[in-house]
Amino acid sequence: MQEIESDQLLYSMLRIRRVEEALADRYAEQEMRCPMHLCIGQEAIAVGMCVALSPDDKVFSNHRAHGHYLAKGGDLNAMVAELYGRATGCCGGRGGSMHLIDLDAGFMGATPIVGGTVPLAVGSAWAASLKRTNQVTVVFFGDGCFEEGVVHESLNFAALHKLPVIFVCENNDFSVYTHRNERQPDRPIYRIAEAHGMTAAFGDGNDVEEVLNISRGAIEKARTGMGPQFLEFRTYRWREHCGPDFDDHLNYRTVQEIEAGMNDCPIARYKTKLVLDNKDVEAEFARLEAAIHEEINDAFEVALSSRKPTTDDAWGKVYA
Amino acid sequence: MHETTQRHLAFVDALREGLDQALEKDPRVIVIGEGVPDPKAIFNTTAGLLDKHGCSRVFDMPLAENGLTGICIGAALSGLRPVMVHQRIDFALLAMDQLINNAAKWHYMFDGKASVPLVVRMIVGRGWGQGPQHSQSLQAMFAQVPGIKVVMPTTAYDAKGMLIAAIEDDNPVLFIEHRWLHHVKDNVPEAYYRVPIGKARVLQEGSDVTIAAFSYMVFEALTAARALSSSMGIHVEVIDMRSVRPLDIATVLESVKKTGRLIVADTAFKTGGIAGELISQVAEQAFNALKAAPVRIASPDHPTPTSPFMAEHYYPSPQTIADAVIDLMGGSKNTDDYRKLSALMVRNGPHDVPNREFSGPF
Repeated sequence: MQEIESDQLLYSMLRIRRVEEALADRYAEQEMRCPMHLCIGQEAIAVGMCVALSPDDKVFSNHRAHGHYLAKGGDLNAMVAELYGRATGCCGGRGGSMHLIDLDAGFMGATPIVGGTVPLAVGSAWAASLKRTNQVTVVFFGDGCFEEGVVHESLNFAALHKLPVIFVCENNDFSVYTHRNERQPDRPIYRIAEAHGMTAAFGDGNDVEEVLNISRGAIEKARTGMGPQFLEFRTYRWREHCGPDFDDHLNYRTVQEIEAGMNDCPIARYKTKLVLDNKDVEAEFARLEAAIHEEINDAFEVALSSRKPTTDDAWGKVYA
Repeated sequence: MHETTQRHLAFVDALREGLDQALEKDPRVIVIGEGVPDPKAIFNTTAGLLDKHGCSRVFDMPLAENGLTGICIGAALSGLRPVMVHQRIDFALLAMDQLINNAAKWHYMFDGKASVPLVVRMIVGRGWGQGPQHSQSLQAMFAQVPGIKVVMPTTAYDAKGMLIAAIEDDNPVLFIEHRWLHHVKDNVPEAYYRVPIGKARVLQEGSDVTIAAFSYMVFEALTAARALSSSMGIHVEVIDMRSVRPLDIATVLESVKKTGRLIVADTAFKTGGIAGELISQVAEQAFNALKAAPVRIASPDHPTPTSPFMAEHYYPSPQTIADAVIDLMGGSKNTDDYRKLSALMVRNGPHDVPNREFSGPF
């Protein structure tokens, strides 16, 4: 792997982590008045996949979208402003954390109805196929989403028309507080997708290099007309389903499980890997931390000094 | 109306011509639906389109209404202009999530950065035992949601022009067709033309009572209006509303200011329907113009039964409308004129098939 890429992987994961930690720190000020779902612990999937995409490729996401948005190149200032409900937010304040968009970066949209964007990604790939462009579309969703009927309708159509779409299932075992074992029989998710008639793979979602390698293969196949690809990555959500805190006092998962999950940090793992590869990581890490710190401070400053939209603004743009 | 063209086309043929011309004119247009290329071609409205425009423009569809609506929304966000077809509006209920959570809101919630130019054709069934799940008229349910447009053309002329306008519109447009209008002919120009969405049309002028009607009820209202005029000298103004959202309240207000009496005739259930909404807006804006309480004519608040014996009096008829007009005028129903009126509106043949005695043009 090239040097530039290790920098990029580390930077992109660390940036998502630090942005979300900063959001969590400031959430208690009650000025970001919208529900927020943090992806801390799950950064490697967003980064490993998005780093392998071209700027022209498209990404759709869900309620836990910060990581996907930032990894695909979504504008940080517009995201933070959106969370503060400002007119300069990526949705002008109409969406909040659960509705992110940056069309210039190929980030087509994120919405919080579980499964809602999965068919949209297939439609995007269908359009690319009919227009004979070279674009690939990726959609991120969770293990809970795989239970939605619309996902299977989408897989069926994508396979039928051999569309250039990559389904990325981030399996963190939980739908809110309900474990997968209480929602699904004991069988591999990706094999169900395979039975729909597409290539499917499983990987360690906390190993960014593994995600990158699997993603590269899937993108190549999707781009060269080999049809839809389904990737399942296992990972772990550190914080509460919704909100800035930890929710371990609710006892829906064991202390041992949480500790094991947090010890499997994708950033720490990748850093250790680079040290073993004899990279001078510490200096690089410090440089990245400083740059990210400055970028985040700027983003909050810009957001908080941005114009607040008015109730009059709320009447606009109902129709195109 | 539109007499100069002298070309009579049935509603279904006008629709097919509109689709064909839209496909011809704009390479972004695609058509998809369960049965679109099959031998029956959605009541012949999509016949020949696959052969002419090819398999990358015209598609059959898996039985996956919600997924395919989402897929069409995704295609619309990516520069295509899909036209989706449901042989019954009832099937579109499976797609409520995509229509209401995504199609209706995408432009708004993303600050106008993207829009969803999607047309969904939905057909309302009636008669021959269509029953509880093949004959609902759900326009108000869809029209309740900001961000969606809902149209219900009555004439073949409007069917073609409004379909083209819907395809050219940058918003999601639900295009609701009544099955019993499909055979009715009108003068339909060969040219590619648009009929604007959101504009009602005064189909017959009158000074005594305003009837604002939707879809097939326009047909019934016209029958009643003609009989009332010839037998009792009552002059009814018949407005074809054509759009459910946006609702052309201005045209209705103008008429009510002249007549002072309002009947709204809708194809849907009475409770929570668009008829109630229209009357509310008239009451709010022109209460003093009203000489009598407005009247809703709509379907009873129970599901449509299948048995012809149970369904015989389910749908309001021209007689229902004429009776409401006479009541509003304070007229008597115990006269020779009234009996003459009723005789004019008697339907021959079974009640559960379309009335072929009038086949257009309007």
